[in-house]
Amino acid sequence: MPTDTKSHPWMALSAPGAIDAMLAEIGASTVAELFEQIPQDHYRKTPLDMPPALTSEMELRRDLVTRLKRNGDCEVNLSFLGAGVWQHHVPAVVDEIVGRTEFATNVWGSYQSDHGRNQAWFEFSSQLGALLNLDVVQLPVYSWGCAIGHAMRMAARITGRSKVLVSQLSDPERLSVIRTYCQPRDMDGSIEVVTLAADPATGRLDLEDLKAKLGDDVAAVYFENPAYLGTIESEATQISKLARAAGAETIVGVDPASLGVITAPGDYGADIVTGPVQPLGVHMQCGGGAGGFIASRDEERYVRTYNGFLVSIAETQREGEFGFGLACPHQNSYGMREDGNDWTGNSTYLWAIAAAVYMSLLGPEGFAELGRLIVSRARYAARLLADIPGVSVVWPDGHFKEFVVNFDSTGKSVAEINTALRTHGIFGGKDISDEGLNLGQSALYCVTEVHTAADIRRLCDTLKEVLA
Amino acid sequence: MTRLLEFHAAKWDEPIVMEMGRPGGRGQIFPEPEAEVSKAVGADLIPSNMARKDRPELPEITEFEAQRHYLHLSQMTLGMMGVSLFGTCTMKYNSKTSEYATLRPELAEVHPYQHPDTLQGVLSIFHDFDGILQSLSGMDQFIFQAGGGADAAYTMAIIARAYWADHGMLDQRTEMITSIQAHPCNPATAAAAGFKIVNLPLEENGYPSLDALKAAVSDKTALIMINNPDDMGIYNPEIKEWVRVAKEAGALCFYDHANFNGVMGRLSARELGFDACMFMLHKTFGAPKAGGGPAVGAFGCCDALAPYLPCPVVVKSGEKFILDNDRPKSAGKVREFWGNVPQVVKAYAWTRGMGAEGIKLASDISVVANNYMDKRLSEIPGLVISNPEISVNRMEMTRWSFAPLCEETGVGTVDVANRMADFGIDPFWMSHEPWIVAEPFTPEAGELWSKEDIDLWIDVIAQITHEARTDPEMVKSAPHNQPIAQVKGDVFEDPEKWAMTWRAYQRKTGAIDRTERRRQ
Repeated sequence: MPTDTKSHPWMALSAPGAIDAMLAEIGASTVAELFEQIPQDHYRKTPLDMPPALTSEMELRRDLVTRLKRNGDCEVNLSFLGAGVWQHHVPAVVDEIVGRTEFATNVWGSYQSDHGRNQAWFEFSSQLGALLNLDVVQLPVYSWGCAIGHAMRMAARITGRSKVLVSQLSDPERLSVIRTYCQPRDMDGSIEVVTLAADPATGRLDLEDLKAKLGDDVAAVYFENPAYLGTIESEATQISKLARAAGAETIVGVDPASLGVITAPGDYGADIVTGPVQPLGVHMQCGGGAGGFIASRDEERYVRTYNGFLVSIAETQREGEFGFGLACPHQNSYGMREDGNDWTGNSTYLWAIAAAVYMSLLGPEGFAELGRLIVSRARYAARLLADIPGVSVVWPDGHFKEFVVNFDSTGKSVAEINTALRTHGIFGGKDISDEGLNLGQSALYCVTEVHTAADIRRLCDTLKEVLA
Repeated sequence: MTRLLEFHAAKWDEPIVMEMGRPGGRGQIFPEPEAEVSKAVGADLIPSNMARKDRPELPEITEFEAQRHYLHLSQMTLGMMGVSLFGTCTMKYNSKTSEYATLRPELAEVHPYQHPDTLQGVLSIFHDFDGILQSLSGMDQFIFQAGGGADAAYTMAIIARAYWADHGMLDQRTEMITSIQAHPCNPATAAAAGFKIVNLPLEENGYPSLDALKAAVSDKTALIMINNPDDMGIYNPEIKEWVRVAKEAGALCFYDHANFNGVMGRLSARELGFDACMFMLHKTFGAPKAGGGPAVGAFGCCDALAPYLPCPVVVKSGEKFILDNDRPKSAGKVREFWGNVPQVVKAYAWTRGMGAEGIKLASDISVVANNYMDKRLSEIPGLVISNPEISVNRMEMTRWSFAPLCEETGVGTVDVANRMADFGIDPFWMSHEPWIVAEPFTPEAGELWSKEDIDLWIDVIAQITHEARTDPEMVKSAPHNQPIAQVKGDVFEDPEKWAMTWRAYQRKTGAIDRTERRRQ
């Protein structure tokens, strides 16, 4: 640690004599004097027990890299994991921009000194709004699950009702977050989460069950497109009509990577739309790439119920110049503490910038190409896998990038199969056998634009070997 | 006085990206599916009633145009490139070594559902960093799922909910007690979790009185959530007694360690009696803030609360690290997966780069630097310290006020903040709501900045107070050297005019595109 000759590279005032010089200016003789507010019996008695310092960059880097190299990653291995975080191509320009120190280190200045960042934020909302065909997009919250949770609470505030309907085939990870946000039954403002049956033949919502449960106590119906298990909810228009007729809001979750080929949710009656930001140019980062957006039509009943940051374009004092600022800033918890809409704070705003760059790089044709490539390769993978003896695809058509592969007839468990695949450098699909979905020994496979036909053949050849 | 730097921000007159490009312009292309793929599956794979018919109205630009556009935007973001003493956020150097380490595929291209055997590197970092935070706080277990400090406060609220439900007392323990000076996230998250909020007012010592707490606690109190020191730089010396009183009434005690920088290595939350605490890794522990996340609120608690933690919890089993998802009493998840993993790695790297001695030295420096600032700021006419009757040395930050200057010249804290940027200095933090101190500003030096940086910052404040007396209109119309002039705020509360997307703006204003605008 700092000695008379080695000050710390991250602390200017660790240089020899620097603290003493300041103490002299303050008129204090010791550092301890400055801590006079803390009573003696508050000081910790246990000494710190920490590993030795790695003050040189060289040693620190060595420690980090040595540790991280113990991970297996999805570049060295061939991975078919998805379910909330997906392996997509990240353009190099996105990495450059989110790595810019001005974006990485900034906190909060004025609308003028943050102008570039605020414009990037507005461009995130504007481009995502173009994909969704919706006029209002909030800056992202922590994750897709959190976005759904906030959207459900928005719907409860709007309707004054306290029940939401979700598919029985929901992602348990997102559902756990949703249940947290909707909270236990007997507390103030609690929202009851009721599951809707799914049609076993298609995986889509059972509309008869929906009609039966859509009472005047329902705040919102939530469905995903594509859904957790990859299926496309083709009766989306019908669902939102039913919800509207019952006075409920329609909340939809969409994968933005699909919006070049799948209808924009703004066009099939969605009131509030949520989704993950990670597919838009954010690395998986072991789940650290998560972020969730919330969008809606531009109506006050929605806008006034958002919890976070809404960035609006505005004029400046100079003729013909644009600036940006926060719309309705007083309705969030910064403005109203416990009386604000839910709460807000630090979120995942850097990923808004990543997504803005990504969307601008792809443009309309890029999204169309991306969608066609993903759905083609995913369907190809589903066909090839279904041809393997003992292996079946639960819903072989009507999915986007994910689909359920069933292994019941192989006599092996998904866990056993995935362990065997791993020795061949392949990460099989997520094991969903224990998720209470009544799908037997099944795995959720994800195929995106990064998977070539050769990768898919390699998976199938290896599976045949493993199952033999 | 130091000679003030000459500064002018980059100004690019940059179009909105939606206005850029030309039909057919491409920044990224994807290959067509292989012939074997197309042959096997054909085309039109989306059900026809769900196939997108319209073309999303996105820009059509080249790869270089996208790069250049966003580089320009980054250049029009001051972002700590001058001196940022942004109080309550503890501005630190964000090490590029740890940034680059996390960009490696061994972390960037890792999936959270991989088998733990393929995650031993990152799990070892989580485990060892947990140990470091345990040592700093005295808590028994940390998790990193919360996506920020507010989310960690929410984690506390839902753990309290699960704890009281498990004890059959959720219908009785319905109140959360905090100080009116606590960060808004404490009351807001507890309210969102279903608790009623009791806010204690500040009294003459600068913090709520013990008597007020005693009057507020009862068998209805589920928990208290409190920070210490507060944003005024005042340390509540009765905090041990607070915790004792609250726990005597059965309540859980949560230490919001947002202002940890001045007490690192000196205090232990557990030794003060707290049941749980949180640290902000994007603040105190050297991970970048990124304009508001990805962030991490590291949540730590004692063994008694550990069964209620959101899953997964990283634990060591024999020689291996595993993800423990088997916690039947878990309060549920606050977010998917296990946290903003790269930020945890960066925070781990910060603690390793600092070491125990470095961390304690950083606290010393942050308190010394703040008291130096207090001394110099007190010599500038027109400024007044918060709680001026309290003469003790403040902790690592102090709230100040421009109220006398505003009274004298009409120049207030918002004006000064706007003008700061003209000198290449990041506008300061003013105050959370409610503004108990009029015309507030809250500088915090931390351990990063040099005496020269701090002196420059104060000299700029002095210069602006001088300008306020000689040319107040110039200050009130600032900034003059920034990419844009003052933003007009009239649209932000007006449903007819606010526009959160370009399509909304075009609809509301009949906006013409840039080429057309330029022609006019």
